[in-house]
Amino acid sequence: MRVRLRNPERVIEVAGVRDVRALLAHLGIIPETVLVIRGGELLTPEEALDEADEVEIRPVVSGGRR
Amino acid sequence: MRCRRCGGKAVVAVRRHNAAFCKECFLTYFRVQVERAVREHRMFGPKDRVAVAVSGGKDSLALWDVLAELGQASVGVHLDLGIGEYSRRSRKVVEEFAMARGLPLEVVDIEGEFGFGIPEAARGPRPACSVCGLTKRYALNRVAREKGFTVLATGHNMDDEAATLLGNVLRWEGEYLARQGPVLEAGPGFVKRVKPLWRLSEMETAAYAFLRGIEYVVEECPLVSGNTQLKAKEALALLEDFSPGTKQSFLAAFLERGKPAFRATPVYLAPCSRCGEPTTGEVCAFCRARSGILARRERARAGA
Repeated sequence: MRVRLRNPERVIEVAGVRDVRALLAHLGIIPETVLVIRGGELLTPEEALDEADEVEIRPVVSGGRR
Repeated sequence: MRCRRCGGKAVVAVRRHNAAFCKECFLTYFRVQVERAVREHRMFGPKDRVAVAVSGGKDSLALWDVLAELGQASVGVHLDLGIGEYSRRSRKVVEEFAMARGLPLEVVDIEGEFGFGIPEAARGPRPACSVCGLTKRYALNRVAREKGFTVLATGHNMDDEAATLLGNVLRWEGEYLARQGPVLEAGPGFVKRVKPLWRLSEMETAAYAFLRGIEYVVEECPLVSGNTQLKAKEALALLEDFSPGTKQSFLAAFLERGKPAFRATPVYLAPCSRCGEPTTGEVCAFCRARSGILARRERARAGA
């Protein structure tokens, strides 16, 4: 599947993962530090993924002092 | 995953509450958390004039949006920090948000107001986020007071607060620990500050912004690299992943049992001899930093 990552912006291909939790584990990302989006919808970690999916992994962490 | 409230398909999982929510129930949960924070900490009442500091990021826009949803009138204050394309985009996002919702907005151009932008300030001895934070606190207080606001609300979330607390604990900053919390009361020349999102995690504010269709700046500030607060957030994220609820209990227990153990030295605020803003010394920290920035510029010119 195609996975869009941010900061820096890039697209990678990932194969052989069945759900969101496995995708994030594969990429070494802690689930609560990102939103996972497919077709304009938010996905929970349990959501199943398909090889044909296009998903965005959007970081939620903002830095600096406000 | 099913929604805890209605049994529909869940789109957001909140592990620390062992819960998941569908879109509508998550938005309700979010509003309830904000209402609870405002009520429990007496952040503002019907007579207050509320300003919201809006950067263009997810937290501040989510805050402005949820306050409007809850029927709380507020005015947005955006500081244009002069950080190239990042600031141009942030300002545009905030202006479009305000326009689309018919919300009143004040924009302050930092360079026009003070004679320097953040990139120039960041070339000095203080880390970029430190001098930027100082400038923002100063500018926001001044604008809020001059425009007659009684409360200044910021989009600090649970992760921001937990990371700040961790930093303060690691250095045992007693004075900061005595003051840290969802409310910083007003003082002479100092507008009351409140953090209505402190009960909500960064993931929840991002999910709220996304589900509400809020266009926000996802890109990081180009000056943020090396920020220690980001490292504190990473450490806390690891602990939270291992034991959900860690951040919330760290903060809640601090407010209940930790904070009372620290006593703030009474501070006597007097007008800064240069700008008139409240300060504990003769010249405020912002004026001292500003002098340094302008002096560096003069030296660079003389040397060129």
